[in-house]
Amino acid sequence: MSEQSNHAEHAHHVTSPTVYIVILFSLLVGTALTVWASFIDLGPWNPIIALAIATSKAMLVVLFFMGVKYSTKLTKLTVIAGIFIFLGLISMTLSDYVSRAWGRW
Amino acid sequence: MSATIINLPDQSTARIPKVNFMTKENGLLSWLLTGDHKRIAILYLISITFFFFIGGALAGLIRLELLTPQSDLMATDTYNKVFTMHGVIMIFLFLVPSVPATLGNFFIPMMIGAKDLALPKINLLSWYLYVAGGILVIYTMAAGGVDTGWTFTTPLSTHYINTNVMSTGMAVFIAGFSSIFTGLNFIVTLHKMRCPGMTWFRLPLFCWAHYAASILMVLGTPVLAIAVVLLALERTVGIGVFDPTKGGDPLLFQHLFWFYSHPAVYIMILPGMGVISETISTFSRKRVFGYTAVAFSSVAIAVFGFFVWAHHMFIMGVSNYAVLVFSLLTMLVAVPSAIKIFNWTFTLYKGSITFETPMLYSFGFMGLFTIGGLTGVFLGTSGTDIHLTETYFIVAHFHFVMVGGMLMAFLAGIHFWWPKMTGRMYPEKISQMAAVVTFIGFNFTFFPQFILGELGMPRRYAAYPPEFQVLNVFSTAGATILGVGYLLPVLYLTWSLKYGEIAGDNPWQATGLEWQTQSPPLTENFTQTPIMDHEAYDYEWLEAQQAKEVASAR
Amino acid sequence: MPDSPTASPAVTHGALAEAHHEHPSYQRHHFESVDQQADATNFAMWLFLLTEVMFFGGLFTAYLIYRNWYYPAFVAGSHQLDVRWGTLNTLVLILSSFTMAMGVWCSETRRKNGLILCLVLTFTLGMAFLGIKTIEYHEKWEKHHIPGMHYSLQSFLDPASDEAAAKYGDSPLPLDMARHTEIYFFLYFAMTGMHALHMIIGIAILGYMIFRARAGAYTNGHVTFVENFGLYWHFVDIVWIYLFALLYLISRHQ
Repeated sequence: MSEQSNHAEHAHHVTSPTVYIVILFSLLVGTALTVWASFIDLGPWNPIIALAIATSKAMLVVLFFMGVKYSTKLTKLTVIAGIFIFLGLISMTLSDYVSRAWGRW
Repeated sequence: MSATIINLPDQSTARIPKVNFMTKENGLLSWLLTGDHKRIAILYLISITFFFFIGGALAGLIRLELLTPQSDLMATDTYNKVFTMHGVIMIFLFLVPSVPATLGNFFIPMMIGAKDLALPKINLLSWYLYVAGGILVIYTMAAGGVDTGWTFTTPLSTHYINTNVMSTGMAVFIAGFSSIFTGLNFIVTLHKMRCPGMTWFRLPLFCWAHYAASILMVLGTPVLAIAVVLLALERTVGIGVFDPTKGGDPLLFQHLFWFYSHPAVYIMILPGMGVISETISTFSRKRVFGYTAVAFSSVAIAVFGFFVWAHHMFIMGVSNYAVLVFSLLTMLVAVPSAIKIFNWTFTLYKGSITFETPMLYSFGFMGLFTIGGLTGVFLGTSGTDIHLTETYFIVAHFHFVMVGGMLMAFLAGIHFWWPKMTGRMYPEKISQMAAVVTFIGFNFTFFPQFILGELGMPRRYAAYPPEFQVLNVFSTAGATILGVGYLLPVLYLTWSLKYGEIAGDNPWQATGLEWQTQSPPLTENFTQTPIMDHEAYDYEWLEAQQAKEVASAR
Repeated sequence: MPDSPTASPAVTHGALAEAHHEHPSYQRHHFESVDQQADATNFAMWLFLLTEVMFFGGLFTAYLIYRNWYYPAFVAGSHQLDVRWGTLNTLVLILSSFTMAMGVWCSETRRKNGLILCLVLTFTLGMAFLGIKTIEYHEKWEKHHIPGMHYSLQSFLDPASDEAAAKYGDSPLPLDMARHTEIYFFLYFAMTGMHALHMIIGIAILGYMIFRARAGAYTNGHVTFVENFGLYWHFVDIVWIYLFALLYLISRHQ
C-alpha cells in the first residue's frame, strides 16, 4: 500500500548553476566591498556597515546556496526561530551590561 | 457504578503475546545495537533509575549531616561535594531525561501512529552519550568529587577550587548532547511522522508537552555547552574570559549558564505535565478541558521560559534595570503554568474519578506543583528574592516543583504505562500505599524547609545555628519516609514483571493510539498504519469501538 | 552532459504482511516513503544547525560585551591579524560554498563525475583554508599572542617594535588596556578555533563522501546526504563571514 496520501508530493526545486554563479559573484563583490570599507574612516558607521554587508552575504548564502527561498514554510520558520533566539540571547545579555553604567535609579 | 475502571482480560486464559518487541530478537547485542525506540526507552529507564538511587543516597547523606547543627558527620568540604554531586546527578542524569527519554521515547511514535522515531540511530547515540556522561560522573565521584555546587558559580569554579571541575564539566557537556539529540528527534518526528488524519490538534497533549520541551532542549542546551567549554578553557589555559584581573567578567559565565538552566527547569517539568494531562483525563473519563489552551500554554512556557533566566542572578551584580525587566518577565511565565492547573481542575469537575495509583500521583502533583510554582512567584519578585535567595526557601521551592511535581508525574506515567510496556499490571494496593507514603514523606521533608528558609537558614551549609535543629530533624525524618516511598515501586514493579496480572491491550480503557495495540507492543508498533479519524480524548469513540469488538466477537 | 542515470535497485518484501511494496534500497523501514525520509532528515539537519547557531551564540555574546568594554584593545589586536590572509580565506570559503552548491546540483541531476569533481574541489579549498589558518596561528605563536602563560604585551606597549602595529601607526596602550588584548586573542582563538574544528569535521565527511560518490551512492536519486551536508558546509561558511568582519576588520583606517 503506497503511502503517498498523507504526504503531498512536492516538486523538489533544483536551483540552476546560473543562479549559483550570480550569487558567487555577489559574495565576492561583497567581500571586496567590506574590506575596502574597513579602510575608510566612517566613524561609528564602520562596524554597522561591516555587519550589514556580512548579513547581506549571509542572507544570500541562506536563501540561495542553502535553498531556503524555495523551501517549505517549516524550513523558513525554523531559520527565523533560530535567528530570533540567537538575537534574544545577545540582546538580553547585553541589556544587563549596557545598563550597568546607568547608575542608580 | 464501579469503583474502578480497570478492565483486565480473563486471567485464567490470558497470555502475554508471544511476539512482542522484547522477544523479537535475543541477545545482548540486539539490545545494545537496537534502533527500536521501545528498547532504547527501557535502556534509559534502567540507567536513570540507577543514577536516581545514587543521587538519592547522596540526598540521604545530606539529611543525615543536617540532623545536628554542627558539621560533625563529614568535613564541610566533603559536604560540599555531596550536595554538588546530588545536584548534578539528579538534574542532568535523572530529571532532564526522565520522562522524555523513557516515556517519550516509548510512546511518542505510538501515539502518532508511526513505526519509530524519525532518527533511530540518533536515538541510540543519545543513550550512549547519556551513559558516557554518567560514567564520567561516577569517575568524578571516585576521583574525589567536585564541590562548586551544580551551578559552577564563577569565579569560585574557575579560580578558587581545586576539585574535579573539568571531568564534571565534560560529563555535563556530553549529557547535554544526549538531551539535544533526543529533543531534535522528537521535533522531527512530530512534524513529519504523524499518521494520516493525525492533525496537530488531535495529538495527545503528552506530545504537545514534549514538543515544547524539545524546543527548549534544542535551542537552550548548546549555550550550556559553550559555557562549559569556556569554563574549561578558563581553568586550563587561563584565557581570562571570566577573570576580573584580566578584564573578564564572572557574570558572563552565569548569564550563559542560566540561559540554559532556566529553560532546563521547563525541560524537566513540561514532559511531566504531559503525563498529567493523560492521567487526569483517563481517570476522570473526560476529555481534557480546554485542549487548545493546554497545548498552546506548553509552547508559551517554552517561549517565555527563554527570557527570564537572570532571576537566578538578582543578587549577583546584574544591573538594577536587568533585575526589573527579568522580574517582570518572570511574572509572565507563571501564567501558562497556572492555565494548565486550571484546565486540569476543570477536567476533574463532573468527571467520573477513580483513584488508581497514577491518579493518586497526579493529585499529588497538582497540589505540590501549585505550592512550588506559587513560591516561585514569590522568588521572582526581586524585592522578596533578595531576602529569600540562597536560603532553604529556594531549596524547598525547587524540590516542591521538581520532586513533588516532576518526580510524582514520572511515577504517575510509569504506573500508567507499565501495563502497556510490560504486559503486566503492578499490584494496585501496595502501589497506592507507596504513593501515599511518598506524599507524606515529601511534605515532612520539604515543607519545614520553607520555614527554615524564611527564618534565614542558608543553603549549602553543613552547619547551622542550633535554633534551626527541630525543623531539620523533621525534614530528615520525612526524608526517611520518602526513601521508603521510592524504594517500594522498584521492588513491586520488578516483582510484577513475573507475577503481575496480565494487562491486556487497554486495562485503563484509555483513548490514544498506543492503547489500541497489544501489550507489550510489536516491534513495528502497528500491523497497519493507523488512520486517525477522531479527536483526542474521545471517549465516545472508544465506547463505540468496544461495542463493535464485542459485537464482532459473537 | 549527464552520465547515464544509475537507478538504485528497488527492494521488494515478500515476508511481512503489509510490506508488499517496492522502495529504493536507501529508504529506511520506519519511513512510509522516500519523500518522508528526505523531508525528515532535511528538517533534522536544519534543527542541528540551530543548535550550532546557539553554540556559537555564546561566543558572539562574549565578543560583543568585551568589544564594547575594551575597544582600543580590540583595535590593537585586530591590527595584528593580516587582512590579506583573512580576505584570501574568505574568498576560499565562498568559492568552496559555490563548489558545494554545484555538487548538490550534480547529485540532483545525477552527474556522477561532476559530483566527484565538485566534492574534490570543496575538499581542496577546505584544506587550503586550514593551511592558511595554520600559517596565521603559527605567526601568533611566534609573537606570543596566544592567551595563557606565555602571553606577551610587547607589541601593544611598544607598537613601534612590532611591524604589524607600526603599519597602522598605533599609539602605545596603557598597561591595563594592553592586558585586555589577551581577551581579544582568546576570542580570536576560541571563535576561529571552534570554526576550524567544524571545518575539520566537514572535510573528513567530504573525504568519506568522495569515496561513496565514486560508488554512485549519491547519483541514484538519493540526494539527501549531499544536500544535508551542503547545509552544514554553508553554515560553516556563514559563521566565517561574520568572524571575518568582526575579528579582522576592526578599524583598519588609521
